[in-house]
Amino acid sequence: MESFQEIVFKLKRYWAERGCIIQEPYDVEVGAGTMCPETFLRVLGPDPYRVAYVQPSRRPADGRYGDNPNRLFKHQQLQVILKPSPSDVIEQYLGSLEAIGIDLRKHDIKLEEDNWEAPTLGAWGIGWQVMLDGLEVTQFTYFQQCGGIDLDVVPAELTYGLERLTAFLQAKDSVYDIEWAEGFSYGDVRYQDELQYSVYNFEMADIPTLWKLFELHEGEAARLLRLYDPKSPDKRRFPLLAAYDQVLKCSNLFNTLDSRGAISVTERVGVIQRVRKLAVGTAQAWADQRQEAAL
Amino acid sequence: MSLLQKQQQEGRPGGPPHGLPFLLEIGTEEIPDWMIPHALESLRLLFEKLDIPHESVAMDATPRRLTLRAEGLPERLADSEERILGPAKSAPPQALAGFARKQGLRAEDLAIEATPKGDYYVAVRKVEGRRTKEILAEALPGVILQIYFPKTMYWTGKAGPRFIRPIRWIVALLGEDIVPFEIAGVRSGNLTAGHRRLGAREIVVTTADYERRLRDHFVILSAQTRRERISNELSGIRVKADPALLETLVYLTEYPSVIAGEFDPAFLQLPEEVLITVMRHHQKYFSVEDADGHLAPQFVAVMNIDADPEGFVRRGNERVLRARFNDARFFWETDQKKKLADRLPDLAHVTFQAKLGSYRDKTRRMMALVKELGGKRLSVRAAKLCKCDLTTELVKEFTELQGVVGGLYARAQGERAEVWQAIYDHYKPESMEDTIPRNLAGRYVSVADKVDTLRGCFRVGMTPTGSRDPFALRRAAQGVVKILVEGRLKWPLSMLAAGDGNLQAFFADRVRTYFEEIRGFRFDEVRAAMAAGWDNLVDLEARLERIRNLRASVDFEPLAASFKRIKNILEQAGFAGQALSHARLAGESACPTSIDESLLEAGPERELYDEQRRIAGQPIESVIARLRPKVDLFFDKVLVNAPDVRVRQNRLTLLNTLLAEFSSIADFSEIVTNS
Repeated sequence: MESFQEIVFKLKRYWAERGCIIQEPYDVEVGAGTMCPETFLRVLGPDPYRVAYVQPSRRPADGRYGDNPNRLFKHQQLQVILKPSPSDVIEQYLGSLEAIGIDLRKHDIKLEEDNWEAPTLGAWGIGWQVMLDGLEVTQFTYFQQCGGIDLDVVPAELTYGLERLTAFLQAKDSVYDIEWAEGFSYGDVRYQDELQYSVYNFEMADIPTLWKLFELHEGEAARLLRLYDPKSPDKRRFPLLAAYDQVLKCSNLFNTLDSRGAISVTERVGVIQRVRKLAVGTAQAWADQRQEAAL
Repeated sequence: MSLLQKQQQEGRPGGPPHGLPFLLEIGTEEIPDWMIPHALESLRLLFEKLDIPHESVAMDATPRRLTLRAEGLPERLADSEERILGPAKSAPPQALAGFARKQGLRAEDLAIEATPKGDYYVAVRKVEGRRTKEILAEALPGVILQIYFPKTMYWTGKAGPRFIRPIRWIVALLGEDIVPFEIAGVRSGNLTAGHRRLGAREIVVTTADYERRLRDHFVILSAQTRRERISNELSGIRVKADPALLETLVYLTEYPSVIAGEFDPAFLQLPEEVLITVMRHHQKYFSVEDADGHLAPQFVAVMNIDADPEGFVRRGNERVLRARFNDARFFWETDQKKKLADRLPDLAHVTFQAKLGSYRDKTRRMMALVKELGGKRLSVRAAKLCKCDLTTELVKEFTELQGVVGGLYARAQGERAEVWQAIYDHYKPESMEDTIPRNLAGRYVSVADKVDTLRGCFRVGMTPTGSRDPFALRRAAQGVVKILVEGRLKWPLSMLAAGDGNLQAFFADRVRTYFEEIRGFRFDEVRAAMAAGWDNLVDLEARLERIRNLRASVDFEPLAASFKRIKNILEQAGFAGQALSHARLAGESACPTSIDESLLEAGPERELYDEQRRIAGQPIESVIARLRPKVDLFFDKVLVNAPDVRVRQNRLTLLNTLLAEFSSIADFSEIVTNS
């Protein structure tokens, strides 16, 4: 039986052998691997890129105090970006499942239509959810737009749900029972954060403080974006990456406020728009900055 | 008869096909199942438009390929003549010489052709028929990229082609030759691909062995064969029939096989609706019934693989379903902690529509409307609680169960049957085939819900345009019409439209659609009946039934034609009587008092008058046979447009009275007749 970490090692090795840079998780909290600069910014522009990384992804509203066997506040995604997408991308993907010990002649794989969209990022794509014996194990997306920009080089994005995949391989009914490493279950490693963050996100997070933080980060991102000057000869020095961190902070605070029940449905749309505006602004400035670098 | 059938009939059954076979296979990544049948039809039409003669066309598809096979194509098209008309024979010689030069011919090579305008010179040029392979090679890229899909993508760059998913291979064979072309860097050839896991990635095919070679590589090309394969394997199991799910699975698989799995019977304590939704919508499983028609703790999945001898697939699916059911049970138990009625204040935080307020506001309006329509205490109670399930975890997870979940919770919380059933049903009918809410309270609530949405959206200008109808207002209005008619509710549509002319017109369209498309009345019958009023749909339906029955009578169409003639005569004469519209307003026949009997001519006119007086107030069904010959005779013998103004006016009044007599049923002049 493969442990959680063995599966991660094998997938990283598999994609490294196919030309991917193996990155480490991004050090700002995100809701999905897509939001990391390694995806969100790298898919912009003409440069080819291949990268794979595990990204712990926070979804405050999905927390269940460690009680629910399938839902997590924080889950681990393996994110793979292949830009441009190779013509045998699906075969390569299926090969990765074989690499972690799934004999595809004995299992049922279906690619079911599932187009992906992230309104806060101005991003969307066409793709499928990959169903393995009835379980969604991967989201497969051909990006069409990111940060409001149509992509001229279309990347394929593969997002593996590592806990599900491991539970499948280890035939476990609860993610907490999966073996992370020999002698250690997923619950041993992660139960405390599931419990404590659920308590914080649902019960104790101070709403006025979170709003204040949201506004501070929003203000800082907006301030930087205002200062970006496309005509400046020195623009390659401009810290757009730092501006983008502020956008990520906003996104996570928005999710936390939402799980705390602090955002009414009416307000929701407006707050999403505010985050989107910053994300799109960063993407556009970034595309401009990179264009200069390419020349 | 479809074009396809026609061509097959015109072909020569029995003998070998003349001409060449043609095979086109577009190999792609997995196409969404529901788009495939339309795409095939679109491809067929585009091929027919090429106008290449052929004896038959057959279409097939799996998720990874769209295939067109045609028989009997010519190697080249027939030669033809091009004729270009030149100057008239009488034209001066310079004109003739000029024309000949332009056509690259000598003047003496021009022919002379007789036309209705006289003799003209013509240049006749023989055009050699083009090779079919050339035509196809040139046209197929355009044909393929024009196939209709609701949503497309690009994959080789913004300027590259758009298709539903990336094209990965193309087979294009005419006879033994490859039809050469290229799309997005993919060159056509004779290589197809087998099943992703059970077949080879590259398989050489010919037009003759294509389908068999695919079968060897675990691809069943024919949707019908896949459908039968699934149905056969299901036949030993008591599955709930689900044709739509079957179609989904037919187009989601290249080699379908059925497996049956089980779940813990303890989950049967959850409502069937929830279990079935999880199985059907989330997992694409068929559910299974026991001998009494109750849900059994089993399910059936369709895999895209040949067999599951070690039970991996079955156990995997069982585990997934267990997790899903556990989630549902968790939500169900959490939701029970707060009663529906206690959730009412929470609706203030759920937006119905930015300009139309929250669901709390909508609930208040619906309750008022139910009262206004005459709804009693229980109907109002149902209206009050019907939207509360929007705040439950179960509905957040399974949005398609809104209403149903509210009904189930209401039942569990001890609400009366009228109330919980009304909540359960209040989104019905969700399509024209769906049934209306089962009880009166449900009908009140459903109509109030839909009418509130319609009124609100029309008021703030969010009305459907063309194919865009984001708030599904057509379906809402259609639902109202269906409930009123089938629930036999005489609530006036004008009251429901609340004086909004646009909404009123929108309802009129839905009424027409309902009676024509769903009920099968002819468009002229619907128009005729609606011309006599459509505010009360129960009454409209009754009149339509009468018209349909009348139509069977041999006297009906001739009489309708006469009515049309009468109407034309009255209109041309600018007849001021307007009895028709008065009758319509008053809802009764106009009095024939203004006819001056002394002015009536003996014979057909007098007889028609007497007949008209005899039948006054009687149903048209019992008088039509007697009336028709009198009307015919009148038009045969009597000149309406008499020289004497008083006689003329009297005759017009007679005709008008006759027309008015039946105008409360329909405006019969709207009936389209053959005569």
